[in-house]
Amino acid sequence: MVEVDRHQNIEVLTYADVDRVDGKVGDFKVTLVKKPRYIIEDKCTGCRTCVRYCPKESPDEFNQEISSGKAIHVYFSQAIPLVAYIDENCLKLKEGKCDICEGVCQNEAIDFRQTAEKIEVNVGTIILSTGIEPFDPATVEEYGYGKMQNVVTSMDFERLLSATGPYQGRILRASDEKHPRNIAWIQCVGSRRVTPGENSYCSGVCCTYTQKQVILTKEHDAEAECTVFHNDIRAFGKDFERYYRRAEQLPGVRFIRSYTSIVREIPESKNVVVRYATPEDGVREEEFDMVVLSVGLHPPADNQDLIGTFGIELNSHGFSKAHHGNPIATTRPGIFVSGGLQGPVDIPESVFSASGAGAQCGEYLDYRRGKLAKERIYPPERDVTGQEPRIGVFVCHCGANIGSVVNVPSTVDYARELPNVVHAQEQLFSCANNCIKEITDLVEEKGLNRVVIAACSPRTLEALFRDTLREAGLNQYFCEMANIREQCSWVHSKQKREATQKAKDIIRMSVARAGELEPLQEFDLPVNKTTLVVGGGIAGMTCALSIANQGYQVHLVEKERELGGMARRIHTTLEGLDVQAYLDDLIQSVYKNPLVHVSHEAAIKNVSGYVGNFTTVVESEGRIKEIEHGAAIIAIGADVYRPTEYLYGENERVMTHLELGEKIAGREETVIKAERLVMIQCVGCRNEDRDYCSCVCCSHAVNNALKLKELNPEMAIYILFRDMRTYGFREDYYREAADKEVTFIQYEPDNEPQVVAATNEAGDPCVRVTVPDPILGCRLELDADILSLAAAVVPSSQAKEIAGLFKVTLNPDGFFKEAHVKLRPVEFATDGVYLCGTAHYPKHIEETISHAYGAAGRAVTLLSHDTVVASGSVCEVKEDDCVSCGACITACAYDAVEFYDTPKGMKARVNPILCKGDGLCCAKCPTHAIVLKHFTDEALLGQIDAAGTAKKILEKLEAAVVDA
Amino acid sequence: MCSGRVDPEFVFRAFATGQDGVLIGGCRLNECNYITHGNYDALSNTYICKNIMERIGLNPERLSIEFMSGGDGNRLTEAVNDFTWKVKELGPLGEAEGIENNRLKGDLEAVIKIIPYIKLVEREKLRPPVKSGKAYNEFFTSDEVNRLLGDLIGEKLTISRIVTLLREKPLPAGEISEILGLDPSEVTKHMNSSSRQGLVTYDIDSKCYALALSGA
Repeated sequence: MVEVDRHQNIEVLTYADVDRVDGKVGDFKVTLVKKPRYIIEDKCTGCRTCVRYCPKESPDEFNQEISSGKAIHVYFSQAIPLVAYIDENCLKLKEGKCDICEGVCQNEAIDFRQTAEKIEVNVGTIILSTGIEPFDPATVEEYGYGKMQNVVTSMDFERLLSATGPYQGRILRASDEKHPRNIAWIQCVGSRRVTPGENSYCSGVCCTYTQKQVILTKEHDAEAECTVFHNDIRAFGKDFERYYRRAEQLPGVRFIRSYTSIVREIPESKNVVVRYATPEDGVREEEFDMVVLSVGLHPPADNQDLIGTFGIELNSHGFSKAHHGNPIATTRPGIFVSGGLQGPVDIPESVFSASGAGAQCGEYLDYRRGKLAKERIYPPERDVTGQEPRIGVFVCHCGANIGSVVNVPSTVDYARELPNVVHAQEQLFSCANNCIKEITDLVEEKGLNRVVIAACSPRTLEALFRDTLREAGLNQYFCEMANIREQCSWVHSKQKREATQKAKDIIRMSVARAGELEPLQEFDLPVNKTTLVVGGGIAGMTCALSIANQGYQVHLVEKERELGGMARRIHTTLEGLDVQAYLDDLIQSVYKNPLVHVSHEAAIKNVSGYVGNFTTVVESEGRIKEIEHGAAIIAIGADVYRPTEYLYGENERVMTHLELGEKIAGREETVIKAERLVMIQCVGCRNEDRDYCSCVCCSHAVNNALKLKELNPEMAIYILFRDMRTYGFREDYYREAADKEVTFIQYEPDNEPQVVAATNEAGDPCVRVTVPDPILGCRLELDADILSLAAAVVPSSQAKEIAGLFKVTLNPDGFFKEAHVKLRPVEFATDGVYLCGTAHYPKHIEETISHAYGAAGRAVTLLSHDTVVASGSVCEVKEDDCVSCGACITACAYDAVEFYDTPKGMKARVNPILCKGDGLCCAKCPTHAIVLKHFTDEALLGQIDAAGTAKKILEKLEAAVVDA
Repeated sequence: MCSGRVDPEFVFRAFATGQDGVLIGGCRLNECNYITHGNYDALSNTYICKNIMERIGLNPERLSIEFMSGGDGNRLTEAVNDFTWKVKELGPLGEAEGIENNRLKGDLEAVIKIIPYIKLVEREKLRPPVKSGKAYNEFFTSDEVNRLLGDLIGEKLTISRIVTLLREKPLPAGEISEILGLDPSEVTKHMNSSSRQGLVTYDIDSKCYALALSGA
């Protein structure tokens, strides 16, 4: 959020509604209505003094109204913009009384005369990221929500767990503010249900977020008893299966597969009684201290307005209607969706669909890329080499946040006496525009060459203050922040004297460090505008085309003779996409695009270079070529497990789902005329060897079953499953299959189906499948004409080799490991290399398409710049001190350090472009020869020594603890 | 900057400048901000530093490492409060352990001197095979690793401590062992080998050992 807020080319308009949209792609006129927040945004610094003095309580929406806030408030502590707003409970707005906030605001930011404001913007494309709403269980009486105090939603519980939540991170019951010891979660509330008011689809995220809540609850209180009542456990996402088992194996945690009903509240204890049934014990009733309803994802309440305002179509569930296999596009050209409006999606899907939407906008607007972009111009940097440190210290009151606890004037007097300090002063809000200006002016006036800002955490505002120094003509690395808010005034609000002393200590340490700071240069690297895409399946082709459509050259290398990859073997999707026709179109578009250069039968021999400047050697159809490129996309797909179980490869009646699909498409009589067909799910995964779910097989099974039922309605079809994982809208097809009398039988991994070749009643050969039936409580024998196996999706056999070449990593399962599983799902930790498709993890075709656009979006973000900026805080080797031991080289996971031949022998040298500045090497070097700039030994030891020169900090801390 | 950047020197420097406790904060294990998992290196260093602290008579509980994420405000509060109480309970550094101030200073100086060597030993011998908190704990608390540390670092440390002590003034073997709390036979062994190498000289009259080179 901070990054969005600070971005030169993003204007954030909060508290605004879209009124109307006119025009068409390339030239939309959008009318916005900005609601009055009664605060002048430019003047408000988010200090919350007004909140403290406001006399009117108002339910705290952010905390699910469990606790209350004030009528004037900041929505939540990290809100962007960090400014207050006044809600409808305000006494002045309601009754014209009270104007306390106006009086206490030292920045005169309150303005009760504000009215709604109409704003018109002219844009080329529109992205709808309107998100989802948690399902409201109050609409269904049986859940007791709103009637029983200790029935909460998972959203309520999320806030209870949070440090900024209603009870500061303590899990308490609303009825008596006591810790619940015995908590039940009820899954699929508002999801997978056809009762009126609820949604038929699977929300896809609740199983895993519940597991997270269970784990966090156990961390809060190791004694807590946690019970999860669930239907199928849908741990289909990357690393979800492991996570599920981690939660399940915790002591005191039970996962019970059962439908439930909330029976009653015990009047005295306010405990909640839940009724459920298990095959072993039959129907039972159990009492819980608290019941959490794992509510599903619901389309936004105003989604119907989207149709009117934006002219897009929605599907039957109220989410955006996907356009021809592309879940990011809508039915209206130039309008795209990202995140929850596509349907129930998790964070990674939201992120990659967001950058994918960016890519698709880019395809429309590429002809004018950069025309409206703004750039900052800074004054030339003053050379301070050889000067003694001249440090300026600015101590921020942060309104009352710091000033009401820490005696700011006394810290200023103290700072003035510290070595090298030539100026010290206090400021009301150092981050306010007038104070920023004051800092810039004083740097010039007093000839300051180092600046210490004693205020908040560098996480919030360091970027701003570095920018301030640049504005003042100083190198930005001369800025040092002393955190006297989060680490001082906020945690010691009751011990003013000690807090003041601690603030002085922190300032003294920062001043010591500042004296050791050196000017550092960030440097620009040129970016080669060509991309290399490895893998010519749907992912690789979609990504290549999107990049080419934005005007950049792409080399697409495919190991096979033809493009298409695994999709060549898939004929339909559940949603009815004709995969072969889609693929043919895609391949045609690739060949027709003059900017996409395809290499067939290609193998990558060598990769060298770094972001913006790679050189890759490719052997294709017997010829060797060298490709220079700025970005690389890895889209090498995945393979299918070849089962060793269930007579596969021994009996011609046994096949994989993929083979069954091919035979259905080919209308093979043996398959279509089969009287009885059995499918076994989870073959080769969700076991010790492969501890993950292949994600696509349940839908694949349902798809094959529905196709077969269409061709031969009489066929008896049995699907033997562990958990049916038809997540999202695919749930509807699962229900349809059940309605069409496809039989679903659940089995446990410790009691797997048995398969033997046999002869059926009619005397014909068959495969006999024996499976325990949990409902009938006996073993079922099924004589099948065809047995189809859900063979696992496994990592590509080439994954290791490709990972080695591009210096990227694989996860424990052998799939490529992204930079961050949630927040950076298409990037690698290695800059300039991106990831998409099933190389990342098994995926459905629409998810692959979305992922591929996401990778294209990230790559174009790099390619659209002429240069990339490398950080100044990187490592450097003092060659004279290097003893060539190689400790730094083995410590560096980024391969940023290498030996070089020098006249003095082999010496380590850092490639600053690859260095990420973690400084691990510095702690390994026996001779202090490798230095992390900005965090040098001198700077850090200086800080440590400064800590020691004062009277013992611990004595004061101890006094503070006693006071508390 | 990664918690793995915390050089053992930082820890001992903090003790040398009068801190009673050092708390290292790192990202949660297996949730590395980089791809390096340097918090495991910080954990290794912590175990090694604790081992060395014991060798110079300091309570190893004065050093602690806690792993937490940016969202773990509560955990930080708890960790800091618990550690503060712990250190308060332990009392002032050295004084609580019954170590005389000058000797403590000398010993910490001796430790800082051999840190380059400790880093080499860590690299060659002290890398646990599996990256997990449990595996690290088992590894570093095993008798085998403790013995290894004794063999590789203990001896170097003893010599470093003796050298630092002798820099103040020449001393007889008995006094050296008394001041440093060492076994007299151990001191004699080191003094004999050091005299052979010409590092110390022995004055028969005063029965004192002295440093041969002023800068050693």
